[in-house]
Amino acid sequence: MAKTLEDAHRDLIGPDYTPVGHDFASITQQISSLVLRRHTHPGWLALFSLGNGLILMFGCVVIYLLVRGVGIWGINIPVGWCFTITDFVWWIGIGHAGTLISAFLLLMHQKWRTSINRIAEAMTIFAVMCAGMFPLIHLGRPWYFYWLLPYPNTMRLWPQFRSALVWDVFAVSTYFTVSLLFWYMGMVPDLATLRDRATSKLGRVVYGMLALGWRNSARHWHRYEMAYLLLGGLATPLVVSVHSVVSSDFAISVMPGWHETVFPPYFVAGAIFSGFAMVIALCIPIRHFYKVKDLITIDHLDVMAKILLATCFLTSYGYLSEQTMSWFGGENVEGFLYFNRLIGVAQYAPVTWAIVFCNVLAPQVLWFRRVRRSEVMLLIVSVIVLAGMWMERYMIIASSLSRDYLPSSWGIFRPTIWDILTYIGSLGVFIAAFLLFCRFLPIISMSELRAMLPGAHGREEGT
Amino acid sequence: MSCRKDLAGQLAAAHERLGGARGKQYWRSLDELAETPAFMALVHNEFPSQASIWPDTLSRRKFLSLMAASLALGGIGGCSVKPAPTVNIVPYVKPPREIEPGEPLFFATSLTHAGSAVGVLVESHMGRPTKIEGNPDHPASRGATDVFGQAAILSLYDPDRSQTVAHLGQTRTWEDAEAALREALARQRDKRGRGLRILSETVVSPTLAAQRDELLAAFPDAHWHVYEPVNRDSMYTASDWAFGRQVDTHYDFTQADVVLALDADFMMSLPGHLRYVDDFLSRRRLRQHGGNAAKATMNRLYAVEPGVSCTGAKADHRLALRAGQIESFARAVATACGIESGGSVIGGSAAGNEKWLEAVAADLQAHRGRSLVLAGDRQPPAVHLLAHAINDRLGNVGKTVHYTDAWDAGRTERTASLKELAEALDRGDVELLVILGGNPVYNAPVDLALTEKMQKVPLRVHFGPYDDETARQCHWHLPEAHFLEAWSDARAYDGTQSIVQPLIEPLYQGRSAHELLTLLAGAEPTPGYETVRRRWRREATTEQAADFEAFWESVLHDGLLADSAQPRRSVTLADNWQRHLGAGKTTAEPAATELELVFEPDPTIYDGSYANNGWLQECPKPLTKLTWDNAAIMSPSTAEQLGLAHGGYAHGGEHGGYHMPVVELRLNSRSVRAPVWIMPGHAERSITVHLGHGRQQAGRVGGADGHTVGFNAYLLRTSEQPWFAPGLELVPTGETYLLAGTQQHHLMENRELVRSATLGEFRDHPDFAAEPERKQREEQTQRGSLAIATLYEGFNYEAPKHKWGMAIDLSACIGCNACVVACQAENNIPVVGKEQVAAGREMHWIRIDRYSTGTAEKPEEFYFQPVPCMHCENAPCEYVCPVEATVHSSEGLNDMVYNRCVGTRFCSNNCPYKVRRFNFFHYADYHTPTLRLQYNPDVTVRSRGVMEKCSYCVQRIRHASINADTEGRPIADGEILTACQAACPATAISFGDINDKASQVHAWKGQPLNYSLLADVNTLPRTTYLAAVRNPNGKLSEE
Amino acid sequence: MPQIFPPAMNIISKVTLFGSFVLAAFILWVCLILVRSSYGTGTGVVHVQPVPFSHEHHVGVLGIDCRYCHTSVEYSSFAGLPPTKTCMNCHSQIWVGSNMLEPVRESYRTNRSLRWQRVYSLPGFTYFDHSIHVHKGIGCSTCHGQIDQMPLTFQVPSLLMEWCLECHRNPERKVRPREEVFNMKYKPPANQLELGRKLVKEYDIDDPATITSCSVCHR
Repeated sequence: MAKTLEDAHRDLIGPDYTPVGHDFASITQQISSLVLRRHTHPGWLALFSLGNGLILMFGCVVIYLLVRGVGIWGINIPVGWCFTITDFVWWIGIGHAGTLISAFLLLMHQKWRTSINRIAEAMTIFAVMCAGMFPLIHLGRPWYFYWLLPYPNTMRLWPQFRSALVWDVFAVSTYFTVSLLFWYMGMVPDLATLRDRATSKLGRVVYGMLALGWRNSARHWHRYEMAYLLLGGLATPLVVSVHSVVSSDFAISVMPGWHETVFPPYFVAGAIFSGFAMVIALCIPIRHFYKVKDLITIDHLDVMAKILLATCFLTSYGYLSEQTMSWFGGENVEGFLYFNRLIGVAQYAPVTWAIVFCNVLAPQVLWFRRVRRSEVMLLIVSVIVLAGMWMERYMIIASSLSRDYLPSSWGIFRPTIWDILTYIGSLGVFIAAFLLFCRFLPIISMSELRAMLPGAHGREEGT
Repeated sequence: MSCRKDLAGQLAAAHERLGGARGKQYWRSLDELAETPAFMALVHNEFPSQASIWPDTLSRRKFLSLMAASLALGGIGGCSVKPAPTVNIVPYVKPPREIEPGEPLFFATSLTHAGSAVGVLVESHMGRPTKIEGNPDHPASRGATDVFGQAAILSLYDPDRSQTVAHLGQTRTWEDAEAALREALARQRDKRGRGLRILSETVVSPTLAAQRDELLAAFPDAHWHVYEPVNRDSMYTASDWAFGRQVDTHYDFTQADVVLALDADFMMSLPGHLRYVDDFLSRRRLRQHGGNAAKATMNRLYAVEPGVSCTGAKADHRLALRAGQIESFARAVATACGIESGGSVIGGSAAGNEKWLEAVAADLQAHRGRSLVLAGDRQPPAVHLLAHAINDRLGNVGKTVHYTDAWDAGRTERTASLKELAEALDRGDVELLVILGGNPVYNAPVDLALTEKMQKVPLRVHFGPYDDETARQCHWHLPEAHFLEAWSDARAYDGTQSIVQPLIEPLYQGRSAHELLTLLAGAEPTPGYETVRRRWRREATTEQAADFEAFWESVLHDGLLADSAQPRRSVTLADNWQRHLGAGKTTAEPAATELELVFEPDPTIYDGSYANNGWLQECPKPLTKLTWDNAAIMSPSTAEQLGLAHGGYAHGGEHGGYHMPVVELRLNSRSVRAPVWIMPGHAERSITVHLGHGRQQAGRVGGADGHTVGFNAYLLRTSEQPWFAPGLELVPTGETYLLAGTQQHHLMENRELVRSATLGEFRDHPDFAAEPERKQREEQTQRGSLAIATLYEGFNYEAPKHKWGMAIDLSACIGCNACVVACQAENNIPVVGKEQVAAGREMHWIRIDRYSTGTAEKPEEFYFQPVPCMHCENAPCEYVCPVEATVHSSEGLNDMVYNRCVGTRFCSNNCPYKVRRFNFFHYADYHTPTLRLQYNPDVTVRSRGVMEKCSYCVQRIRHASINADTEGRPIADGEILTACQAACPATAISFGDINDKASQVHAWKGQPLNYSLLADVNTLPRTTYLAAVRNPNGKLSEE
Repeated sequence: MPQIFPPAMNIISKVTLFGSFVLAAFILWVCLILVRSSYGTGTGVVHVQPVPFSHEHHVGVLGIDCRYCHTSVEYSSFAGLPPTKTCMNCHSQIWVGSNMLEPVRESYRTNRSLRWQRVYSLPGFTYFDHSIHVHKGIGCSTCHGQIDQMPLTFQVPSLLMEWCLECHRNPERKVRPREEVFNMKYKPPANQLELGRKLVKEYDIDDPATITSCSVCHR
């Protein structure tokens, strides 16, 4: 019944992201019950224990790493960075979609963000957490990580502020803090709702504490809206800044294939690209398992798919300009490198072409409305994109270092089992954290969703 | 069994040390060694016995790194405030005279290698030798050393050197051994020593020779045999033929305009090669001509050889011929010079080289009296004979070639004498066999079956530094002292008498050969010092004897007896010399299709005697850049024909491990399995294998208890064909084997890394090398793009500040690796092991890049380019380090501060020259007490997780500047020699203060040839290069 | 709807929120203090020595010159620790009976070194050179304090890098005339800075940029 109504509605006025067939109570009921219901779904448990298993393995890997040294990875001279930094850049990139959706689209008054922003923000937090681990463990002597922080030490030394790695420290930590605040801020009214609806004493106390004594008073709402908007404004520049800084880890160097002015925008585009792929990849299963298809509608997926397509073009442009500049610049060394990326069969050409397929060709199917509205296809495409973006970072790092100025020191990076396990381990961290979020926090913002309902605002009354 | 035995030995040694045998505390009383040495020795000695069962030669390190790292873990949050540690400090009881705590001392001594001595100066810190330098006053050194000299210091501290007397694997004392020997000798004395045989390597010590003669006088019927796997037999045979007497041939390269080397690698292997390199290069150092290119002249070197040697790589013209073809080539040259030598054309596959031949012959004849032809020790007597004849005909004798009586003449035949011994053994009339050094069981010609025949001897005694293969075949093993532990004397290549004085009491129970011989002679055991000194007193001339003490002091001080070289003698070619060129004596030309096997002493571990030396094992071979292995080396096209053309070199750029096909080499029904290595420029259908690998009982590093390093090529080597043999069968096995090399890419990809020109081009266009850079600078200054926009104030290097810089002359560098090992010794650079090298993680601070022009299939010229840290003024490494661990010093040094490094590796990634090295694991050995003694106390031993790199030997800079300062004088030019510079036999490296207008480095950098590597990256490197100039023969180069 | 939290919760929550920041800051502060404390640096700690040697007696009372025992201080990186022989020069005549000196005599008899506890120990990666400091007019007491008043020897400065830098960044504050280097009684004059600048020029002490270059002390 609702189905036909939905379609009719859409045929009349095009895509609409308001939850059809819902009222305040039903929304609140549906979402909060996901959290407050007593029994836990076995599927969740299975996945969660998988995640924890991976975390356990990750722990072992890290301990072994600390005991033996970074030599357990495949890195060498000349390729001194590889998987860990690739993972770092990849995770940070994924984080971007969150802030973009929550902050950027907020300022743009994009209605469709409301049903997915909570998921996207959570994803951001956990992605940045995963990313943050890598710069730490990739150090030769991780126990001295704090030398990268400016603190009054007995050596009278400061960090070296010209180094992009120090910029990273600030960029990433700022990004994490702001995202966390933003996420939590947005959740406060919902937490209050949970507090009120919680049946168990524990639930009431915990959610009560988290809710910071929210009482839905008009004054609260007024302050809340204002703060939320301010934070949004604060967060928006970060969407651009963070990955630009990360990209300068490479751009400020003199290495062919790293020394590129196009990197900041190129990295940001790639980041949003992979970020949206991740959001889609998360939303689709959530729609199923939590039965919220009516809240995260097919239209939501559709519009995200469109953004995916758009960012795909930005990224492809990056690739194109790189190749063109290397040829146009007439730099012998750089030209050799880029040409080698395309044809160096024994080295990284296979990766290059895989990237072209994943990040340039595969997303083209999103031109078709049928594909954009087919969950399976979307899932497949977004996973392909995620893989592609990882490989892109891998290629940039490994191939550039392996073919630099002096042929005498040319070398190849070959991953060891430890490289791979470290990466998989970080996936475990993400999975476990995200599942916890799904279980104990409202995955969709009730308050904002309610606000979208007809009748939420005075002036709409009477229609 | 062997493990248990080792342990037993170690235990005994430990107890022996506990007893603190007198004098020990002389070296032990430095405060680093707080623990009881005995205990430490025990702890460490047990380790390897277990570790050696692991495949990786350096697994011990892995094991230790676990412990070390777990300690490091304690340091997690090094923020944890722990009280300052308490350390012991231990003064002397009675201060030794000359020692100045904290200040190094230098002593002159000599080390013996390949049958001749090289004078060295040894640096000693608080009584422990830490570094070997060349002795500038010594004719065979002139201040230079080779890799063997540099690495000798590590052998001194080698924990695997045999530490106690052993009988059938059981630890014994010297007294036991003496008793046993006395008893056996008593029996021999009655029968005038009929059953007594002694086998030694070349006797280089005059004292030892004297003792030998005394011994043989006491035992008239005894025999003294001499064998050395790498020997000069064919040279001596030839000199017998040519002159009817045994003479040594000496060359004077300073007088030679044209040199033809017939398979003679005189830069690397000939006795006196250090001297020869210097002489040879003295005729092609364009930098001597200052700016004036027009005056520039150079000598010209032609090389004919099967494999690519350093000499061949430096040659202006190199012809790759199979070893078996060189004789016919020599004949052809002789004929062309008008000598009746029965052979006018180069036969076989060498046909088509007539043009080359004509050019050479013409060039030689055009320079009568100023040309030189040398034959390599690997070539048969006939080739030497022809060389003598040609030099004679060209009137070079007395000008570029000199002859002296072979010192210790009559005892120079090696293999023949070993054959004789083998027969005697077989007849079973040997009752007492004393093997005096050497390792015949491992390296004797396989056809003599020495090991089996030895078994017939009732009493076999082995005297040597290691409990090696031979020791395992003998009843008694007596430990020999290292040359830095014992008194002796030696002859240099030219006969100069050199002294060998100890710098340290024997670490273990080793004794010198002199002490053993006094024992054999039945005399009371006298210290080696007495024996040596007595002989010197005996030999002293009257005025020397007049004040012998003063004379002796002066000898000890100089390390040699001045002007004691063998006198030159004029010899005349026997009239009938040609008859020796009859059919019988000549080598059969290998048929075009058949394969030829060529043996070659390994460039780094020589005949295998250095197999347990980690520095040498890990030192890349000059041309192949292989480490930790030998291989069947062949040319690309040969490999292709044999279906072995593994993509190996073609893709190139692989820095580290390479999986190469394994083949079985079959020669006269004997066979070994060997991995293939492809070397552009190698002669076709010819395969070179390096001797010295595949040791069974070398030690933890060189192979022991089941694990070996490389394959044993001696298993194919017969007394009939000691150096090369046709009729090799090569059977692919389909298996592959991991080889570890440090550079496989030969080509420069038109990046002008090594800039080069011919002499002609240089004359026309002297600044061909510097020009591009100069143009770039001008352009930049016009554009003002040199001014770098920065918030940081730049550095001002103007005088009186020092401005340290280095220049490297690429025309001079012969790629011998002396600098690499010298740097390793000076800067406590760890050995990382094959697996790590294969992973691209070798630690050498200075590396020698090897490039060739032309194609990989047909390389035209070879170039060596030593690459230390460039100490850039715009250093890309500095601005990317997040913690200021690598920063600029006010004197322009690029300082690396290990203790501040957190190991991000960003600096290495951003280094265009890739000269930075990273401690991926805990490579440094903190635990082996003897190895700890070797460490240079002025250089930090780096721990795991930190970056390191060439520091321009900053410790030497500081030491010199502090001394100069306290004495209130400026630092003199040449007062600071970097380790690489000091070792270099080619004087290819110059270091100093660029601000000092009088300094050598300032002069070099003023040369038109001076250019900087990758100038267009605008790093402004302080290390620059002088472009390579060659002097090809116009007739040949126009093609 | 019943209240979950008591009214006090308002205060508690605020206190915990802001308190946590204060706490964090406090902990950091404690760490920074501890590192610089005598516990962290070993300043003023008296080690148990085989013989309770008194600099106060030998230097302060008897007035023996530093260089009599620390012979190489003027021309070596290492000041030199007196061999047992040096002790016995006098103590073979005086105090021959005292038990306190038995370890010394024993060492001399058995030819086994005395094992002292290091008082000033620098990390292995720091290279200090006595000769150059003495030559450039840095007095013993500048680093070793009033050792002539120490019955038992202890470490005076923190030996932290910041302590080294104080002087390396502005040497004029510490230099004294060369002839005063071994004078324990020396007190810096009122016009130290003025004198310092003069001496810095005279002894041509390099500019701070040079003597604070890393490789001056770390190799």
